[in-house]
Amino acid sequence: MTTIMNDITFSTAEAGAGLKAALEKGRADVIGVVRESAMRGRGGAGFPTGVKWNLAAGAQGDKKYVVCNADEGEPGTFKDRAILSEWADLVLEGMTIAGYAVGAAEGIVYLRGEYTYLVRQLEDALEKRREAGLLGENIQGKDGFNFDIHLHMGCGAYICGEETALIEALEGQRGEPRNRPPFPVNTGLNGCPTIVNNVETFAWASMILAKGPEWFKGIGTEKSSGPKLFSVSGDVDKPGVYEFPMGITVAELLKNVGGGGAKAVQIGGASGNCIPACEFSRAIAFEDVSTGGSIIVFGPERDMLKVAENFLEFFEDESCGQCTPCRIGNTRLLEGIRMLQTGHCSMKYLQELCKLGETMQLASKCGLGQSSPNAFLSIVKHFRNELMGRACVMVCK
Amino acid sequence: MLMTQQDKLMGELKALVEQHGTHRNALIPILQDVQKRYHAISDFAMQTIADLLGIHPVEVYSVVTFYAFLNEKYHGKFIIRLCRTISCEMAGKAAVARQLENDLDIKFGETTSDGRFTLEWANCIGMCDQGPAMLVNDQVFTKVTPEKVHDILEACEKAFGPHTMQTEEEHVL
Amino acid sequence: MTEKKNNPCADGTCRVPTSQRLQTFDTSADSGDIGALVSATIDEQEIKVPMGTTILDAAKSLGIRIPTLCNHDDLCIAGVCRICVVEVEGQRTLQASCAYPITQPIVVHTHTRKVRQARRHILDLMLSEHYGECYACFRNNNCELQALAKEYGVDFFRFGHPEKPRHTIDNSSYSVIRDMDKCIQCRRCVRTCIDLQEVGVLEAVGRGKDTAIATYLDKPLGDVVCINCGQCINRCPTGALRANDSTDEVWAAIDDPTKHVIMQTAPSPRAGIGEEFGLEPGTPMTWQMNTALRRCGFDMVFDTNFTADLTIIEEGTELLIRLYKNLVEGDGSMPVPQFTSCSPGWVKYIEHFYPEYLSHVSSAKSPQQMFGALIKTWYAQINNIDPASIVSVALMPCSAKKYECNRPEMCDSGYKDIDYGLTTRECAQMIREAGIDLPEMPKSEFDEPFGTATGSGIIFGATGGVMEAALRTVLELVTGKKVEDFYEHADIIPVRGFDGCKYAEITFPDELGPVPELIAHLVPNWDWLKGVTVKVGVAHGTANAKKVMDDIKAGGKFSQCHFIEFMACPGGCLGGGGQPIPTTPEIRKARAKAIYAEDKAYGEAGKARKSHENPAVLRVYGEFLKDGPCGHLSHKLLHTEYTPRGKYIG
Repeated sequence: MTTIMNDITFSTAEAGAGLKAALEKGRADVIGVVRESAMRGRGGAGFPTGVKWNLAAGAQGDKKYVVCNADEGEPGTFKDRAILSEWADLVLEGMTIAGYAVGAAEGIVYLRGEYTYLVRQLEDALEKRREAGLLGENIQGKDGFNFDIHLHMGCGAYICGEETALIEALEGQRGEPRNRPPFPVNTGLNGCPTIVNNVETFAWASMILAKGPEWFKGIGTEKSSGPKLFSVSGDVDKPGVYEFPMGITVAELLKNVGGGGAKAVQIGGASGNCIPACEFSRAIAFEDVSTGGSIIVFGPERDMLKVAENFLEFFEDESCGQCTPCRIGNTRLLEGIRMLQTGHCSMKYLQELCKLGETMQLASKCGLGQSSPNAFLSIVKHFRNELMGRACVMVCK
Repeated sequence: MLMTQQDKLMGELKALVEQHGTHRNALIPILQDVQKRYHAISDFAMQTIADLLGIHPVEVYSVVTFYAFLNEKYHGKFIIRLCRTISCEMAGKAAVARQLENDLDIKFGETTSDGRFTLEWANCIGMCDQGPAMLVNDQVFTKVTPEKVHDILEACEKAFGPHTMQTEEEHVL
Repeated sequence: MTEKKNNPCADGTCRVPTSQRLQTFDTSADSGDIGALVSATIDEQEIKVPMGTTILDAAKSLGIRIPTLCNHDDLCIAGVCRICVVEVEGQRTLQASCAYPITQPIVVHTHTRKVRQARRHILDLMLSEHYGECYACFRNNNCELQALAKEYGVDFFRFGHPEKPRHTIDNSSYSVIRDMDKCIQCRRCVRTCIDLQEVGVLEAVGRGKDTAIATYLDKPLGDVVCINCGQCINRCPTGALRANDSTDEVWAAIDDPTKHVIMQTAPSPRAGIGEEFGLEPGTPMTWQMNTALRRCGFDMVFDTNFTADLTIIEEGTELLIRLYKNLVEGDGSMPVPQFTSCSPGWVKYIEHFYPEYLSHVSSAKSPQQMFGALIKTWYAQINNIDPASIVSVALMPCSAKKYECNRPEMCDSGYKDIDYGLTTRECAQMIREAGIDLPEMPKSEFDEPFGTATGSGIIFGATGGVMEAALRTVLELVTGKKVEDFYEHADIIPVRGFDGCKYAEITFPDELGPVPELIAHLVPNWDWLKGVTVKVGVAHGTANAKKVMDDIKAGGKFSQCHFIEFMACPGGCLGGGGQPIPTTPEIRKARAKAIYAEDKAYGEAGKARKSHENPAVLRVYGEFLKDGPCGHLSHKLLHTEYTPRGKYIG
């Protein structure tokens, strides 16, 4: 199970350099560096990391928490698995830096249940850090800076990748997203200020502290700074984990991974958008096509209806079932797909379903519901001719 | 269930609660441990845990039914979870699925009559670059082919040991 | 609007997941913000509201209507149905107005294209899963989903409509029927059951499209620890939850000429039934209802207040016996505090959750059951009627009474003491079906020999009422003086009101009266009560009952009490699970007002307001229960025992 990778900056990281640089600074300055780098969250939503840390640092609370979101469940995403396998120390270091910056004493890695095989090596890494004085009390001789990290296992729920659902799960509840505001930076785990960041975000934070914000900002675009890891799968010659600067075009990316002749690319996983070949010049960045790193490539022979069906089956099962638009909406969209498959969907009804998709995007409670119709909508938009007027065939299931 | 077995289970549950705490936050870690040890979270276990944590049994049931890896029904010693999400589907999960059903003689969602194998679907397990992928308990298998299915199952059989039937203890739940 | 909502969210004691809670938010970054006003512009109208006010509440105070389904004034905020979404300028997505606290100046639009489309779609989605036709539903014309469908002009099923049921109706319970085909998963019942009532029978289970509201292991409601309080029914927006209706059986009895059909009516239904006929909450219908029920065909209409008074005598006597045993004889076999037993929801609650405290529960039956036992014995005797031909019906504000009258032990008269329990809603249905317009009925009295009641009986309907009635009687029996000497108008204010857990102390004076003849055989004198401070408690809603019970367990102040009133339903019986839908704190307040007004009217009319002054009660002890309160016959007919059930679900 080796994953193909290109040259990834994390390999060049000097162990402990980020933490060392952070502890030489004041807390506010650490946040200042992260803010200056203009890094946006690597999980997909793209909230500026420095702003998040700053809010948590300013929030009142007896306790604060730093949570690493390792509930990587987005279809087509596996870069966090690779990071945790290869550079776990860098992530743990980033968490420690965040703990220092916001004034938290407790860090939690919420690891998805599917990655249980990573537990042993992560526990080993934590133990080694404790032994080396990189976790525990008065870390690196910094008086009063106490911070430790423990693992919390998920148990099979995609929705727990949503930060408030993740916190609910940590509190022993069903992983159902909360109403916002307030946000976790104010009222998070156990009612305390909590920052929840993606695995990759912590790793980059560590490197930003080590190499300075200018280095990071010098890569990528103005609105989407820095390099980014991409999980590439589907119809390509070399599926794997790739680092590219933010702002890379779809075409360039495909060229690098051997995805010539692709018909479409799903960017951002099941909750992302499907980009047809005519739009391959678009940039992968928060200001254009945003993604948490999932790139799924579809070759010329792929049936886009099947793709949409697969995604909606996913959401029908993984919706938390709490709010109406998402719980019922995804089922209705999936029924629409099945009607298209048998050639029984009128154009009028398809348009109605597209409007429903818009409602789901607008009215669902959390990001899952809001993004669940994206794939359906973009496939219908770009491949309408392929979808409509199919002959009624027996679908062999 | 015999009284002594129930007492024994009660003792183990109490020990787990002692280890994880009686706070609601401890619920999921406790359930995970019970699931791991008994391959199910039984009626008795749910009610006992609810009682020890001072919550209602239906709340425990509610949590158990929410998470895919927690089950109130007995699951086999080996839980096979085949990824059904897009990249694995494109890589040919259908053939693997059929072979699994054929070799185990059960459908997805079922457990073999000897209680050894449970076959389930998984939503993306993060092995999209090496699909079709599946988990057997905590272990991941990548680029699975119908042919490989047989080898994997055989390895499980061997790991299961000489006893083809479960021990009495495992039947407790 | 500035008033804090009277729901558990407000004081932070709720136990629902944070995902279903009105969240507090941090204003402390700038302490000047606390309590500060913030401006909101809603549909071009500007208003200043306190920090943290929800958009929904702000809109309400501007007279702007925003539809809601999962929102309920008694419950924590869920924000799950999404029908109340609005457009907030600067936000990419629509926001649920019930769950969005205003913390900075905002501009809101409540009916833009996006909002209207979203609401309509949400309704269409609900209807695509909602099986059943409106005209075959007990909530027809009183259904929030139906009302919204009209409001949003639903005239076809955009995303389809189920053609056949997908669930079987759970009618295993004597009290509550669940029809999940009508459920829209607003989770009000869940929040009611777990948070408001702390019973914990219903929860959301499963995930995704399989999410459903269910009991533990999907067991029938009759098999789990449901206390039958019916509060979930009162808060269900649709017909998914309803009471187990027995009007057909009652009509059949009325239609049978060989049956002597008796109706007894409890105090709370009269304060509520007007709502079923379009009247304002708190419009009493006592005397009109008597006429209406007779016209429906009931042979006799009695007042449950009569046995409420009898309950006070029996329960009050039992209390004095308990106190005497504990304070004088040092005999702990009948422990104090004594708990009231008239709320069948509470009785089942304690049987399940605190069975070790059952010896504290008064053995006196509830007024409904006492009445039943007397009707089939004394009443049958003096009127020469074969008890087997009597059909005894009780009009109650309560769904748990249906379970109570079916308890196997409730047959002390040799027959089923009460044959059917009717809720206020079912009674209104019968009256409508008979073509009667209740508010237009002429007034008439109750029938004898149980026609006379006192003001003490009527206040049983409100939380604190049983306690007040008991205290009025105990005070007079013990001191030989009038309650009015201690409390103006005999209104014992400390035990009134809607506080969840109330506590009060009353100190007996040093001079006490002689022991009245009625109970002279039980205690020799009152010397032992001289200067003694009697401590009492009142709790309504089983979540509050739990607080009091846990306090007792921990040896807190309620463990020092002598007498505690428990009512399963918020507000007491007037907020019962059989009362008209909807229920809100305001509606319950209005009903309470009606009840206390009737008590006051008894006094103004020169009628008795204390149970021991009820001439009919005295007649029963003179002619029938000759060995007095807690005597042999009264023990046989008017007292009962309880079953320690425990909370294990078998």
